[in-house]
Amino acid sequence: MKHTLAIMVVNNPGVLSRVAGLYSRRGFNIDSIAVGPTEDPKLSRMIVVVQAEDDAQIEQITKQLYKLIDVVKISDITMDDSVERELALIKVAANSGNRSEILQIVDIFRAKIVDVAEQAVIIEVTGDQEKLEAIISLLHPFGIREIVRTGKIAMVRSGKR
Amino acid sequence: MKNTGAEIFIEALRREGVEVIFGYPGGAVIPIYDVLYDSPLRHILTRHEQGAVHAADGYARSTGKVGVCLATSGPGATNLVTGLATAYMDSVPMVAFTGQVGTAMIGRDSFQEADITGITMPVTKHNYLVKDVRDIPRVVKEAFYIASTGRRGPVLVDLPKDITMAKIKPEYPEEVNLPGYKPTYVGNARQIKAAVRAIEQAKRPVLYIGGGVTAAGAEAPLLQLAERIQAPVTTTLMGLTAFPSRHPLSLGMLGMHGTVYANYAVTEADLLIAIGARFDDRVTGRVDTFAPQAKVIHIDIDPAEIGKNVRVDIPIVGDATIVIGQLLEELKELQHPEWLARIDEWKRHYPLRYNESPGAIAPQRVVETIDELTAGNAIITTEVGQNQMWAAQYLKFTKARSFVTSGGLGTMGFGFPAAVGAQVGNKDRLVVCIAGDGSFQMNMQELATLVAYQLPVKVVILNNGYLGMVRQWQELFFQKRYSCTELTGNPDFVKVAEAYGIKGYRIQNSTELKPVLAEAFRTPGPAVVDCVVAREENVFPMVPQNGSINKMLGVVEE
Repeated sequence: MKHTLAIMVVNNPGVLSRVAGLYSRRGFNIDSIAVGPTEDPKLSRMIVVVQAEDDAQIEQITKQLYKLIDVVKISDITMDDSVERELALIKVAANSGNRSEILQIVDIFRAKIVDVAEQAVIIEVTGDQEKLEAIISLLHPFGIREIVRTGKIAMVRSGKR
Repeated sequence: MKNTGAEIFIEALRREGVEVIFGYPGGAVIPIYDVLYDSPLRHILTRHEQGAVHAADGYARSTGKVGVCLATSGPGATNLVTGLATAYMDSVPMVAFTGQVGTAMIGRDSFQEADITGITMPVTKHNYLVKDVRDIPRVVKEAFYIASTGRRGPVLVDLPKDITMAKIKPEYPEEVNLPGYKPTYVGNARQIKAAVRAIEQAKRPVLYIGGGVTAAGAEAPLLQLAERIQAPVTTTLMGLTAFPSRHPLSLGMLGMHGTVYANYAVTEADLLIAIGARFDDRVTGRVDTFAPQAKVIHIDIDPAEIGKNVRVDIPIVGDATIVIGQLLEELKELQHPEWLARIDEWKRHYPLRYNESPGAIAPQRVVETIDELTAGNAIITTEVGQNQMWAAQYLKFTKARSFVTSGGLGTMGFGFPAAVGAQVGNKDRLVVCIAGDGSFQMNMQELATLVAYQLPVKVVILNNGYLGMVRQWQELFFQKRYSCTELTGNPDFVKVAEAYGIKGYRIQNSTELKPVLAEAFRTPGPAVVDCVVAREENVFPMVPQNGSINKMLGVVEE
């Protein structure tokens, strides 16, 4: 099962490699990892999506992460009511013949075209994982040249937990 | 007044109460060595950085204080890695300092540059690269705090040369502030109650004790607990000195080379009380047949150990001394006469035993003779392999921290430099290193350190001309195909000792054993005793790898 962990870390150099290194050393798989500063400049937040075989494994992952001196707080927000977002940039082959068709898809997904060239367009899309997968599969027939994704970020809704 | 980073560093060590540093100089640490030149801080110059880190480890294990070592950048730092991993696996409090190339040179593949914080990340509890001279006091304070609290372990601090040469007016913090590091010491009250109930209900309890009890200094409360609830006590290799070997409740060591009665007791137990132990594969054998009937109480300071290898019924996170104290407050005296009678029967039927063939010295006899002569008063260090297992089986322990051995990592070459460190930390005690001819050769350059500092360490080599433990596995599981385990080309160890100006002895028959060892131990100064032992002796009993611990090889009923 996939788990989303929100990990608050002290903003020390090397903290990302400590967290990533721990995963590989203990044989856990990371699906995605997104890191950025928080409202407190001393702290960063990482949103890590991991695969765990069972509850015991996710418990072990969490405990091992807590052993890192720079890790302050870990929340498993998988089951929480949270807002989840990921941003993707998708470069799609496009010509004058099919550009309007692509534009329609972009509109439906409330995505944006951020670059247009003769042979291709770059589309910026934000949403949860399902939405991103859906637009990618619809764009597939046109010929996807390149995809860059940020990895998931997430925030628990107010008033909960 | 302004001070250099190196001066601030040495002052910070003094404030931590450091008495001795084990180290080896080099280009990147010359500024530090320059300050040491007229500092009262004692420095022990080893002959290899690996010798320094193991010596700091032996010092820490035998005294309970934080061991400190110092090496230069690049190769000096990488030579510490095995020692750090050794200390990490056995949770030994240690702080290692390394020099680094100047901050402007970092990342340019400069001369003697190695990314030592990157390299040691998986084998240290934490590490630091200091990039601002103003951080030195805080980082040193944090390093010692992290190393010596919670589950202890090694911390590395990397000090670039320009940082140790920079000058500032230092400020030394009084307290540490680590928001992500808050060890739990007191056991959860509800879990304590659950544990008390389980102990009161148990008919066949066993205490399974690891190095965490030694780390917490919980030997006295453990003895009280065992006697109060009349539960037999088995220990891991790391926990051997936590409980008196001759106590009627002692079962000795369990696991791969444990006693038959310890393994039988664990297999039959209906309650296993694990304290400061981590269910290592050398202890459990096949996990699904380990203590199959037992409810498990697991007491450990590291929450990540609980549930890592086996399922646990009652987890208690906390310091062993405090948690045992909490249990003692609620536990009344219990009796298990039938269970103890059963165990005594196993003890009578399956004692540790070995055969002696005429003309050859049994290595177990050497260990027993050392035990007889030292009467539990010495600090014994071991190398790794057969010598280590025979020492664990045949020595009788009475004093805490009197046995120093590399348990988790199993580092050959550890025992002798660790003995150097143990002797530095315990100058009035007899320190004996039980070695194999293979292991000793991995760090025997430290004989020079014994001479330089007049350290009276006694090295007893169980010399069988083999890498004995590997040979044993080849004999039992690889049809006696002794691939690369015969040590041809061994030196004459007596002459090696004499070349350093150390007294060397050779023992070739059993009648010489006691008098020669006695003379070596009695004579002031260091000694190397080369005991030529039976070549193909095996360590028994033995649980084959991943076997059930109650199915042991080499068991003979008496």
